[in-house]
Amino acid sequence: MVITDELVTYLEALGRIKLPEESRAKAQSDLQEILQYIDTLSELDTEGIEPMSHALPLTNVMREDEVQPSVPTEEVLANAPVKKDGYFLVPRSFE
Amino acid sequence: MKMELKDLTALELGAAIRKGEISAVEAAQFSLAQIEKYDGKFSCFVTVQEDVLRRAEEVQKGIASGEYTSPLAGVPMGIKDNMCQKGIQTSCGSHMLYNFKPTYTAAAVEEIMKAGAVPLGKLNMDEFAMGSTSETSWFGVTKNPWNVECVPGGSSGGSAAAVAAGECFYSLGSDTGGSIRQPASFCGVTGIKPTYGSVSRFGLVAYASSLDQIGPIARNAADCAAVLGEIMKQDKRDNTSVATKGMDLQKVLHTDVKGMKIGIPADFFGEGLDKDVAAAIEAAAKQLESMGATVEKFDMPIVKYAIPAYYIIASAEASSNLSRYDGIKYGYRADDFEDLLDLYTKSRSEGFGMEVKRRIMLGCFVLSSGYYDAYYRKALQAKALIKAAFDKAFEKYDLILGPVAPTTALKIGENLADPLKMYLGDIYTVMINLAGLPAASVPCGFDAKGMPVGMHLIGHYFDEEKILGAAHAYQQVTDWHRRKPTELD
Amino acid sequence: MTHAKWETVMGLEVHVELATRTKIFCSCTTEFGGAPNTHCCPICTGMPGVLPSLNKAVVEYATKAGLALGCEITRYNKFDRKNYFYPDLPKAYQISQLYLPICRNGGVEIEAEDGGRKVIGIHEIHMEEDAGKLVHDPHTNSTLVDYNRCGVPLIEIVSEPDFRSANEVIRYLEKLKAILQYIGVSDCKMQEGSLRADVNLSVHLAGSEKFGTRTEMKNMNSFKAIMRAIQYESNRQINVLEHGGEVMQETRRWDDNLGESFAMRSKEDAQDYKYFPEPDIIPIEISEETIEQTRNSLPELPEAKQKRYVSELGLSEYDASQLTNSKALVDLFEQNLAAGCPAKELANWIMGEVMHMLSDSGKEPEEMTFDYGYLGSLIGMVQRSEITRNTAKKVFKAVFEEGCDPVKYVEEHNLRTVTDTGAVRAAIEEVVAANQKSVDEYRSGKEKALQYLIGQSMRALRGKADPQTVTAILKEIL
Repeated sequence: MVITDELVTYLEALGRIKLPEESRAKAQSDLQEILQYIDTLSELDTEGIEPMSHALPLTNVMREDEVQPSVPTEEVLANAPVKKDGYFLVPRSFE
Repeated sequence: MKMELKDLTALELGAAIRKGEISAVEAAQFSLAQIEKYDGKFSCFVTVQEDVLRRAEEVQKGIASGEYTSPLAGVPMGIKDNMCQKGIQTSCGSHMLYNFKPTYTAAAVEEIMKAGAVPLGKLNMDEFAMGSTSETSWFGVTKNPWNVECVPGGSSGGSAAAVAAGECFYSLGSDTGGSIRQPASFCGVTGIKPTYGSVSRFGLVAYASSLDQIGPIARNAADCAAVLGEIMKQDKRDNTSVATKGMDLQKVLHTDVKGMKIGIPADFFGEGLDKDVAAAIEAAAKQLESMGATVEKFDMPIVKYAIPAYYIIASAEASSNLSRYDGIKYGYRADDFEDLLDLYTKSRSEGFGMEVKRRIMLGCFVLSSGYYDAYYRKALQAKALIKAAFDKAFEKYDLILGPVAPTTALKIGENLADPLKMYLGDIYTVMINLAGLPAASVPCGFDAKGMPVGMHLIGHYFDEEKILGAAHAYQQVTDWHRRKPTELD
Repeated sequence: MTHAKWETVMGLEVHVELATRTKIFCSCTTEFGGAPNTHCCPICTGMPGVLPSLNKAVVEYATKAGLALGCEITRYNKFDRKNYFYPDLPKAYQISQLYLPICRNGGVEIEAEDGGRKVIGIHEIHMEEDAGKLVHDPHTNSTLVDYNRCGVPLIEIVSEPDFRSANEVIRYLEKLKAILQYIGVSDCKMQEGSLRADVNLSVHLAGSEKFGTRTEMKNMNSFKAIMRAIQYESNRQINVLEHGGEVMQETRRWDDNLGESFAMRSKEDAQDYKYFPEPDIIPIEISEETIEQTRNSLPELPEAKQKRYVSELGLSEYDASQLTNSKALVDLFEQNLAAGCPAKELANWIMGEVMHMLSDSGKEPEEMTFDYGYLGSLIGMVQRSEITRNTAKKVFKAVFEEGCDPVKYVEEHNLRTVTDTGAVRAAIEEVVAANQKSVDEYRSGKEKALQYLIGQSMRALRGKADPQTVTAILKEIL
C-alpha cells in the first residue's frame, strides 16, 4: 500500500485535520513506514477465524427503562466555548 | 518524622494514619511539600488541587467517625489527567482540553474517594494517552526520577514518575497498550493493568475503548492490590464492566509461589531486546525458581503480529473516539474560521498534536471504505488468535513471565522523531490489552546505566490476586522496589 | 403530459422514534419538546469519557416491531459506529447497526394499484439513536444546537424497492403507522418527527429490466408532502431523461413551501462512514423464548382486526379497512363497542361525523382529545330518542372541538327532544294558525307546502322534536 499525497489529503479530510505544510512530507513517510510494518499482518493465516471485537464473552448488559433527572442546562453548556439562549452555537450549517 | 514518611508505602502510611501516629492532614502536607520540592524538576503534575488539605481534614474526620475504613484512607495520591473529576481540569495532556472541567466524576475516582483517598492533582501523560514517553503532552515532558535526561515512559508517565519521586504514595493510571506497565518499568515502581472490564471506564476519556483499562501504580505489589481492591467495582454505566470476585488483600499477602508454573514465551527474547533487560528477566526467573516455582520457556509465535493488530484497532477506535473534539461543546475552539468545516478543521488541527493527528489518520485509513476487511477485520481476527494463544498457554501455566519493554527508559527526544521505533517498544505489552488479560510490571533490576528494569507478570482472566501475590512474594525476598531514584536528595 | 412509458420504482427508509420512557443510551426522558438542552446529560451530549448504556426496552420494542412486520429476528445482535461530523451529532458518530440488524426479511401487505393485494418487502430493521435539532438563528446568521432529541431511540425500517406509485407508498405508510401504534412501540406523530420517511426513487422505461439511477429524498413531514415530493421527483427525473440528461445519484431535500426538491450539496467529497463494531456496547442475544413470548404478547394486528370486523361485526370491507388503519379510530371504536354501542351505528358515526370533523380540522385521528366514551353516550341519546340525529351532530361538534360531555351539553343547552305531545301539538297549532296560506296550498295538493310547515314547526320547537312525530301531528291537524 502506497501512501500518496492524495491519500494524505483524503485522510486529513476524513479526520477533519490539516497537517502543517512543513510536516506533511515527514508525516507521509512516517505513515508509509508504519503501514509497511502493519502490512506484515497480511502474512498471518486467519482463514476461518471469527473476528473478535470483545475479548470477554459477555452478552445482554442492559439498563432498565427508568427516567433519571437530566442535568441543568447550565451544566450541559458549562464547557461550551460559545453559547446562546441555552443552545450551543455553530457557524451556519444549513444549505 | 518526615524522614520516615518518604520511605513508607501507601499501606504503611494508611496504617499509621489509622493508628493516629500521623494525621491525614500531615500526610497531605508532606506530599504537597514533596511536590513543591520535586515537581519543578520532574513535571509529574499538570494540576495540583487547591482543596487538598480541606479534603485531608474531611477524611481524617471520616476515619474517626468510621466512615472511611479502607487501609488506604487518608493516603495522598495522584490521578492521571484522563480521568474526569467534577470541577477539576481534565485535559488528557492536550491543548484540545486545556480548559475542560467535567461536570461528572469517573467511576474509578468515585470509588477511590469512597475509600478516603486524598487526591493531590492530575498527572501528566502523553496526549490522549497516545505515546510511550509522555513527551507528546501539551503541558511538557515529564522527567524520569532516575535520570532527568530520560523519559519516564508513557502514557502514564506522570503517574509512574510521581510515585517514584515520592510526590504521591500511589496513583491511578490507564493502560491501553502498556501505558501503566511500561512507565512503571521505566521508573522502578509496581503497576498493574487489571482484566478488561474489572474497573469501570466511565469517566475515563477514551483512547481505544476496547483496550483501555484503569489500574494502580504504587511502590509495591501489596499497595497495588489494596488500590485495585477499591476500584474493581462493577458499574452499570459501563456496559463492558464485569463483576469480579474482588481482591482479597490477605490472600495476596500470603501467596506462596511454590508449585506455581510460570511460562516464558521464547518469542519474547528475540531481536531488539536489550541484553541488560534480558539478563534482569532471566535473573528474576531464577529467583522465582529458587522460591519453588517451575519456570519453562514455550513458543508463542503470534507475538510478532501483536503490534500491527494493536495499532490498527487502537488507531481506528481513537479516530472515532476523538471525533467529538470539534470546538463546539467543550475544549479548544479556533479563533478564526470561515464556516463550519473550517471551524472543525482549524480547532482540531490547532488542538491536537502530531502523534494524535498521525493516529487519527491511520485510524481513518484502516476504516475507510475498501480497506476495512484487509485491516480492521483482519486485526480483529489476529486479536482472536492472540486470545486463543494465551488461553492455551494458561491451560499449562499459572503465570507468564517476560520483559515489559525491550529497553529501559530512553533519552528524551530519542524516539520522538521515529514513531515506528516508538511503536515497536510496545511489543510485549499491547498483546495483553488485545487479549484483555491482567498483567503487572514489577521492578526486577537495573541496566548498566542504572535505569530500572521491570518484569512482566501476566495472568489469566481475573487472576489479579495470583499476579500480585507472586509479585508480593518476590518483593519479600528482593529489594529492587525499595531502591530510591538517584535524582532524589 | 402523461408518462405512460416510464415506470417509477421506490423504496422507503422509515425512521420511527420508539415510545420508550428514556433515551437509548442514557436515562434522560424522551418527552417531546422542552426548553433547549433540558433533556440532556453528559452521555447524550457526547462529553469526554462517558459511555453508552443500552436501554433494554429499545431491544424489546424493536423485536416487537419486527415480529409485527413479519420479520426474522436476529438472535445475535451487535451495534456499530457510523462516523460523520455534523453539529447535531455530538459524538461525531451514530451508534447504529450495520452488520447484524435486529430484524430482516419481513413484509407488509397493502392494496395494490390494480385493487389486488401486494406485499411490500422489508429488507431490514435496525436500532439506532436520533440526532439533535439544529435551529437557524437569523440574528447571528448562525446555527443553534439543541440536543433534547439526541439519543432518542429509533428503528429504521428499510423496505425493498417494491413501490410503483405514490398511492402504494402512502398505503404502506398508513399501514406501518397503524401496526406500530397498535403494538405501542411508537406514537408515529409525523408532525413531531416520530415517523419520518426518506424515499429512494428512480424511473426507467416500462419493460426494462434495469432500474434507473436513484435519488434519495428527505424532509417530508406529512403524507401530503410525501405524495407531492414523489410526483415532483418522478416528473423531474423523467424530464431529465427525456431531454437526454442523466440522473445524478444524490440526496435531495424537499421544500414543501416551494413544492420543489433541492440537491443537498455537501462540502465533503465522498461519504465514508468508516463503520466498525461499537466497542462500548456488548452483543445482545435474543432467545427463542423471548421471541415466542413477544410474539404471543402481540395484540390483534390491523389485518386480523379488519377481517374480524367484517365477519363478526358485519361492517363493510371499506369501513373495516378505514377504521383499522388508525389505532386511535380502533380505540374509539372498540371502547364504545365494549360499552354496548351497536357496531354498525358506531362505525357509521366514525366514518361519517368523526372523519368529517378530522378532515375539517386537518387533524390526525391520534390528535383527538375528547373522552372516547362521549361518542357512545351521544349515540345512546340518539338511540333512546333523547335527542334528534341533527342535534347529535351539532353536539358532536362541541365534543370534538371542546371536549364537552354530551350529556351535560344537551342539558345545559336544553336540547332534549320534546316528548310531551301536548306541547308539540300546541306549537304546531300555532304554526298552522300563522300560516294559513301554506295550509291552503297544502290542501290544494301542494306537497311542498307541507315541507315548509314541518320546517316551521321544527324551528318553533327549536329542533328538539322528532320530525316524524311532528309530521304525523301536522297531517292530523290538516
